[in-house]
Amino acid sequence: MITRPSFDVTRPLGRDDLARLVAADIPPDSYVNLGIGQPTRVADFLDRDSGVILHTENGMLGVGPRASGEDIDSDLINAGKIPVTETPGASYFHHADSFAMMRGGHLDVCVLGAFQVSFDGDLANWHTGASDAIPAVGGAMDLAIGAKQVFVLMTLFSNDGLPKLVPKCTYPLTGVACVSRVYTDYAVLLLTDHGVVVRETYGISRDDLAERLKITFQDA
Amino acid sequence: MAIVVADADEAVSGIADGSTVLIGGFGPAGQPVELVDALIRSGVKDLTVVNNNAGNGRVGLAALLANGQVRKIICSFPRQADSYVFDELYRAGKVELEVVPQGNLAERMRAAGAGIGAFFCPTGVGTPLSEGKECRAINGRDYVLEYPIKGDVALIKAYRADTLGNLVYRKTARNFGPVMATAAKITVVQVSEIVAPGGIDPEVVVTPGIFVDRIVQIAGISPLAELGAAG
Repeated sequence: MITRPSFDVTRPLGRDDLARLVAADIPPDSYVNLGIGQPTRVADFLDRDSGVILHTENGMLGVGPRASGEDIDSDLINAGKIPVTETPGASYFHHADSFAMMRGGHLDVCVLGAFQVSFDGDLANWHTGASDAIPAVGGAMDLAIGAKQVFVLMTLFSNDGLPKLVPKCTYPLTGVACVSRVYTDYAVLLLTDHGVVVRETYGISRDDLAERLKITFQDA
Repeated sequence: MAIVVADADEAVSGIADGSTVLIGGFGPAGQPVELVDALIRSGVKDLTVVNNNAGNGRVGLAALLANGQVRKIICSFPRQADSYVFDELYRAGKVELEVVPQGNLAERMRAAGAGIGAFFCPTGVGTPLSEGKECRAINGRDYVLEYPIKGDVALIKAYRADTLGNLVYRKTARNFGPVMATAAKITVVQVSEIVAPGGIDPEVVVTPGIFVDRIVQIAGISPLAELGAAG
């Protein structure tokens, strides 16, 4: 039985609380890939008894905590190229098998960061489109269309205050209609077939949130 | 039939200018640094290199790039904290880049090694990376037509080989190695240890020797073990 952690709903969630919230929502005994950066923090809050098995696209199931000291092994890294450890029952496999696990529909959940998510679940998280930026996609496109559920973990507003949940992405897409949930500092939003549903808000009212996002929320 | 060669220079001998070279590794893990160093010493040029990344620091693949031997790189994630050698060459227009989603990179090589002419893949549909490619709806889902990537040579790193070329790898250093081994005309493997036939349990062989042409034993710790970068 998973109990959702309780938070002060009168203020936006901090980074750790957001990661803790996502961790609590991951179904027990599921196979999960955590994206590079902020989503990786979710691992720190997974219950040891949850039975969740972490996948890393560079060829491992059963990824353990970050390695330190004598446990650091340059042959044992995660997708962020950070040294990690193996858990009992871990397995190694090559890249084609690793991505077959995504495309083939075997991975239950992936958690990704995003520049933008559209109301109907389009994801933009690999390229800002800036002409001097060097494009780098990694495994993001494969994960976006492969996992059974794609959760996005991001701040709801950019540094200059613009919503990152938008009617239509202006950045180049990573995947089309692939995101099912968006976890943000201000709200958890469910992207359903009939529109965007607010599950809960933090530090903002539902009406004020609708105003800032210029959206009409649907009922669950 | 695989042969055991004396050193890294012999292992990479005979690679022609203009070759497509598949280089194993995911960042530092599994990168065959000593084979790449030998490739630099060979002076071969105008290469198309396939790797997940575009080099770390100033060693291995980054050094090959810095030496001006690479015309084009096909990879999924060139931009990293320590990919400054590639970044500079790319911005100066001195190296061509084809960015491929990581799973497509692996599957395109798998297809090459398995004799597949092309395949329809759901990755990248509706994104800039599928522009100009044939798309088709199959059973209600959209797919993009992707073609194999075949290498003239693959340079990979495994942990142990027997003299017939059967390979086992070590932890996440396996990554692209088994796929690349199947996808090139000549597969060159550096290993930490070579044993006699029978020295590897047949049940745990990852790459069967039929995919391997040259084996070289390289002892010691790779300089890349010190490097690492997000991405």
